[in-house]
Amino acid sequence: MKIKLKIWRQRDSRSKGEFKEYHLDDVSKDMSFLEMLDTLNIKLIKQGDLPVEFDHDCREGICGQCGVMINGIAHGPLKNTTTCQLHMRSFNDGDTIHVEPFKAAAFPIVRDLKVNRSAFDNIISSGGYVSVDTGQAPEANSIPVTFEEAESAFDAAACIGCGACVASCKNSSAALFTSAKISHLARLPQGDKETSTRVVNMVNQMEEEGFGYCTNTEACQVECPENISVLNIARMNYEYNKAKVLAKK
Amino acid sequence: MSKTIEAPIPEGPIAEKWSNYKAKAKLVSPNNRKRLEVIVVGTGLAGASAAASLAEMGYNVKSFCFQDSPRRAHSVAAQGGVNAAKNYKNDGDSAYRMFYDTLKGGDFRSREANTYRLAECSASLIDQAVAQGVPFGREYGGYLRNRSFGGVQVSRTFYARGQTGQQLLLGSYQALLRQKQAGKVKLYARHEMLDVVIIEGKARGIIARNLDTGQIERHGAHTVVLATGGFGKIYYLSTLAMGCNASAIWRAHKKGAFMANPSWTQIHPTSLPQSGEHQSKLTLMSESLRNDGRIWVPKDQNETRAPGDIPEEDRDYYLERKYPSFGNLAPRDISSRAAKEQIDLGKGVGPLKNAVYLDFSRAINEYGKDVIAERYGNLFTMYKKITGIDAYREPMKISPAAHFSMGGLWVDYELMTTVPGLFAIGEANFSDHGANRLGANSLLQACVDGYFILPYTLQNYLADQIRIEKTDVNHPAFEESERQVKDQMQAFLNCKGKKTAEEFHKELGRELYDKCGLLRTKEGLEKAIENIKKLREEYKTNLLVPGTAGEVNSELEKAGRVSDYMELAELMCLDALHREESCGAHFRAEYQTAEGEAKRDDENYCYSAAWEWTGNASAPMLNREPLVFETVKPTVRSYK
Repeated sequence: MKIKLKIWRQRDSRSKGEFKEYHLDDVSKDMSFLEMLDTLNIKLIKQGDLPVEFDHDCREGICGQCGVMINGIAHGPLKNTTTCQLHMRSFNDGDTIHVEPFKAAAFPIVRDLKVNRSAFDNIISSGGYVSVDTGQAPEANSIPVTFEEAESAFDAAACIGCGACVASCKNSSAALFTSAKISHLARLPQGDKETSTRVVNMVNQMEEEGFGYCTNTEACQVECPENISVLNIARMNYEYNKAKVLAKK
Repeated sequence: MSKTIEAPIPEGPIAEKWSNYKAKAKLVSPNNRKRLEVIVVGTGLAGASAAASLAEMGYNVKSFCFQDSPRRAHSVAAQGGVNAAKNYKNDGDSAYRMFYDTLKGGDFRSREANTYRLAECSASLIDQAVAQGVPFGREYGGYLRNRSFGGVQVSRTFYARGQTGQQLLLGSYQALLRQKQAGKVKLYARHEMLDVVIIEGKARGIIARNLDTGQIERHGAHTVVLATGGFGKIYYLSTLAMGCNASAIWRAHKKGAFMANPSWTQIHPTSLPQSGEHQSKLTLMSESLRNDGRIWVPKDQNETRAPGDIPEEDRDYYLERKYPSFGNLAPRDISSRAAKEQIDLGKGVGPLKNAVYLDFSRAINEYGKDVIAERYGNLFTMYKKITGIDAYREPMKISPAAHFSMGGLWVDYELMTTVPGLFAIGEANFSDHGANRLGANSLLQACVDGYFILPYTLQNYLADQIRIEKTDVNHPAFEESERQVKDQMQAFLNCKGKKTAEEFHKELGRELYDKCGLLRTKEGLEKAIENIKKLREEYKTNLLVPGTAGEVNSELEKAGRVSDYMELAELMCLDALHREESCGAHFRAEYQTAEGEAKRDDENYCYSAAWEWTGNASAPMLNREPLVFETVKPTVRSYK
């Protein structure tokens, strides 16, 4: 396949970026999208140019490190798929593909397609855990968790922290990411004890990091590789309001 | 001079050794803990759990990872599960049985006391993970669910769908960030360790590069813990993440830490085959698929029919034929070797004839498509994403791929390397799995090392360091390390040759996979050593790295990692060459039984080979740690 690429190149967060055009003549349908970028990079390096920097690691769709906007869609055209699991068979010979980083005020660009998502770590630091030290745990079966509770907690816990939700949201809101952790822990008896402090701290931190507000467009779930449900956002809002109301008593 | 080395083991019967150790280990009072600093490199299950646990105790922890967040570490990709001897199934499981299975699975090439401790601590890990909110699979009544894995006859595997590694890692990542919030952990993401700094014979810090700015940084501490994972990526095509590397442990090795059994690499039988030259990694399909999938190849090597058109009589279900009692669930080393045998006979399938079929048609007929979809739906979806093929209609094509390093830094019972104050935990060390690791024991070892062992053994070491001042990062040892690191990077950049680090890595990987992979011979290994030396020479003169050292430069990062692989590859070949026996994943064609199984030589090779750096990658020194079996008598490992 012949592919024309228009890739966002930017030296660092302070520099101005621009699209640059590249051509690849020998792209195989079996290549993953990132392997296509690898091929481009080898070509660039041999020409004496700087390769396109992009984030990636496991290339199995689970680490959450890869992620770019492909023709305006986070992780590209295939539903519920990370960039690394997207293959070139999803494109046609002669296609032009626009590739941009995940853009958000809270995700400063490091270089080219690489962004800094440490804001997500800061949100988890503010309360996304159960406060248990090593050694304090009781016998595992002493706290039964029903099949349904465990499954619904898992549905939320499956979030890979890639940031596609933020990049897809017109307000750059991190509501889906934050609410997934709040729901995961609130659905389990181990985690529920701290829900009211957790939700307030995490929501505050989310705002402090510079993410926008959620206006319920639900674009985030559409682009989420793990199909995390927007119902988690409803749960977060419910828990937040409950915590605020109870705090007034 | 080659030495015999020993790891002092606590006294008492095997079931009491760890308790005896804990009862007598030295402690550090809470007041003194505040003054002590610990560096933990790596944030996978081992690193994150160690860093979190030590911070909870009151130590000051600096945690490093090269990824953009600690949550990305490759523990995240483990699918199948984690073993624990809880005996919830009432099927006769116990710490002793789990210890025996693990020892036998490793072909009696691991240290008894360490392996027992792994089994002993397994139950606490499940308690800890559940308390953290890890959503393990449950029965309808609310109790934990188990399944069975290769090489055992009980159900002791706990799992969270096909994402057990992810969920366990998030548990330890959250525990780590909780300590960051408490001010006890300082996090250094996007930092790569480039050297260990040794002062007066003890590990006292590291040199790290900030991968976003290119800045070289000095970090001091009272002790350094390496939790930097395995090095299967040395084969280029592997199931590992692109960033996984050997650099931290290799640079520690060059500072005096011995490397043990480096050639023992687990080649996983159920990965997706290579589809072309462009390929950057191989994706693993969980071992659990072998519960319902049947593995076969066509009997005729010139077979051209589609798999569905090949009648039963023209198929060879070779695992069921060769290993009737374990069949498709034979251990990993045996299954991989059997697949290679068929592929080498020309019976491989797929366009490159490099795969075997994993067929679900019988299971689908028997249980219905819905049941199979419920069990493995996510794997079938992943298979379709990558290959474009619907595995409900046509068999999967699978192939062996480099996966796990049983070898690694040599450590004693306390998980300390031969450098005082330098510890290695998780896959980075060599300790528990012998010559072959059982499925679902990897997550377990990483967690047990980090949560339950290191907090005792590290403290035992630190108890003698409380009078030692904070490390001075202006010490000449830091100057020297920093200079070496900078000079090496500059040399890569100045080389201005014609081949990228990636291209070198591919060549090295191919050589290693061919000659130091599933099947090894004296002749092949000698040839590989010759070729690796040539490649290493070429690397010095023909490497092409763009950009500069003072900026984001992923090519420069790769250049350092591949440079270390060039040396480690030779050590792996030397290790495989010197061991004139077959055991577990190490299969020397010259040493096999009449039926083609691994033939151990307990008289001459019942030891761990601990290699010492001499300054010359081609002439390492061999030291031996004899393996003493007091509790179990090594037998011939049979799964027939």
